[in-house]
Amino acid sequence: MTRFVAGRIGFYTLVALLLAFFTIPLLWLASAPFTSNPTYEVRVPDFTWENFQIILDHPYALGSLVNSLILAIGTAVLVVVMSALAAYALSRVRLPGRDALLYALLLLSSIITGTAAMVPLFQLAIELGLIDSHTGLILIMTGGLLPAAIFMIKDFMDTTPKSYEESARVFGASPLQIVRHVVVPVVRPGLATIAVWTIANVWGNFLMPYLLLSDVEKQPAAVIMYTLYTEGGQANLKVLSTFGLLYSVPVVLMYLFVSKKYGFRFHGGIKR
Amino acid sequence: MAQQTSPPDTKALDESPARGYSSDAAGLGRLRAGAFVAPALALIAVFLVFPALWVIYLGLMNYRLTGIAAAEPQFVGLDNYLKALSDPGFWNSTVLTFQFVLGSAVIGQVVLGFTLAWLMRNRRGTLKSVVEGVVILAWILPSAVVAFLWVALLDRDSGTLNALLGIPGFAWLLDYPMLSIILFNTWRGTAFSMMLYGAALGNVPPSHLESARLAGASGWQQLRDVVFPHIRGHILTNLLLISLWTFNDFGPFLLTAGGPENKTEILAVYVYKTALQAGDLGYGAAISTIILLINLVVAIFYLRLLRRKG
Repeated sequence: MTRFVAGRIGFYTLVALLLAFFTIPLLWLASAPFTSNPTYEVRVPDFTWENFQIILDHPYALGSLVNSLILAIGTAVLVVVMSALAAYALSRVRLPGRDALLYALLLLSSIITGTAAMVPLFQLAIELGLIDSHTGLILIMTGGLLPAAIFMIKDFMDTTPKSYEESARVFGASPLQIVRHVVVPVVRPGLATIAVWTIANVWGNFLMPYLLLSDVEKQPAAVIMYTLYTEGGQANLKVLSTFGLLYSVPVVLMYLFVSKKYGFRFHGGIKR
Repeated sequence: MAQQTSPPDTKALDESPARGYSSDAAGLGRLRAGAFVAPALALIAVFLVFPALWVIYLGLMNYRLTGIAAAEPQFVGLDNYLKALSDPGFWNSTVLTFQFVLGSAVIGQVVLGFTLAWLMRNRRGTLKSVVEGVVILAWILPSAVVAFLWVALLDRDSGTLNALLGIPGFAWLLDYPMLSIILFNTWRGTAFSMMLYGAALGNVPPSHLESARLAGASGWQQLRDVVFPHIRGHILTNLLLISLWTFNDFGPFLLTAGGPENKTEILAVYVYKTALQAGDLGYGAAISTIILLINLVVAIFYLRLLRRKG
């Protein structure tokens, strides 16, 4: 009996410690934006909305969120369309060298990271005139995410039954029509997963926009957030806390949406 | 990427012309299939494969961001690599990177991730959702935001940590910068290991645990004799993946920018500073090539492991 009680106490102490370790750093983000004169200290907020007013007047805050949105949506559209087409073809047709290609894709996606490729990507962007271009950044990030996306979506394609496609073909549908009207609706959860995964990746990506966008008007929220606390004297904690919260909320909402709708299924490669 | 690597499906292997129809159900044909694959492959080739090959070439040149070497770079052979061997900055970064990967990934994330998964294994309800929720939250928030949250947490005068520990004025980021980024990255990345071990523990047959318990095995003995043998593959997978990710993580730059006095200048930060801040692109490319090779070794090891399991 005493052993059981000791075990319970040990269990709850350990859980409380772990919970504290993971929760305490987050508290500031929940309290400071609603506090009149936030410091680094975590305090009970006095629930003011004044800080959000300041964000509205800030020259780059809202614009950078729009930039993040453009980059995330642009990359997601390209990644979803291209990976779906490629994965469908690779799943249904035995192209020469397909298995070697898939293996190479998997290998590439794990070894060529932003860190390893920042020098050549920077050089490439200069040579192609893609510095300070949203399109250039979108293309570069798409190239980086595509191999893993093709792998994830191919899994979905492989497990869908082929009989629908066969019947559509019997009724004279063209291959593109079949993909659009038969395959896409069937693999929609897979496409949604890829889209969310891409958006989360791009939304949080700091290194690539930091390297390739020097025009402050074009920089996404990740870079503006970093600039806010590293440049120019005393950090403005009102702006930082509130901006950080606004920048974080979409990711949290997306996570809640995905885990509610599909259950947060475990995809090993969902985060790089 | 644990799940995405199902072995190449054998259904397609026995596809003969007569049965081709059943596999290529939409009647794509090789030509159209090629056209479907081409746009993705083109982007991957230009923005992923080409940079990886180009970096090897750049590493053999004395390329610079500005000046004469920018306009007319010279071929210098292995000079950049020889320079790395005798460069104390490079060795400093290598040692720091090793500490960072060992401390935050191999020890921090694996131990915390497994502990969390083990504690929560038979639980349902609020406690489990709350614990898993905050751990995952630390993982999904944008890196620029979490880095600043840690700046606030570790602030020497009014940071929450010093207030809780009752040691105001303790300068974490100045006096213990490496420990700070190791704790930071452990906090940041534990979610992945927790979820992986959570899934792995689900595969341990409850009957084995039950018989071990009936035989009088203590908690630790159950772990050692029943659980670990069952999840050995998961542990190895987990170790390889998070080591690879941590090795390539640029996150600490957001917290300390490599400072103070290069004490947190891990290789990722060192490449950025030498190549893009100091402008020595050729030397930076040589170090990038070394990083690529290390990545390649880890990744091949990982893929072999998956093949054997498959």
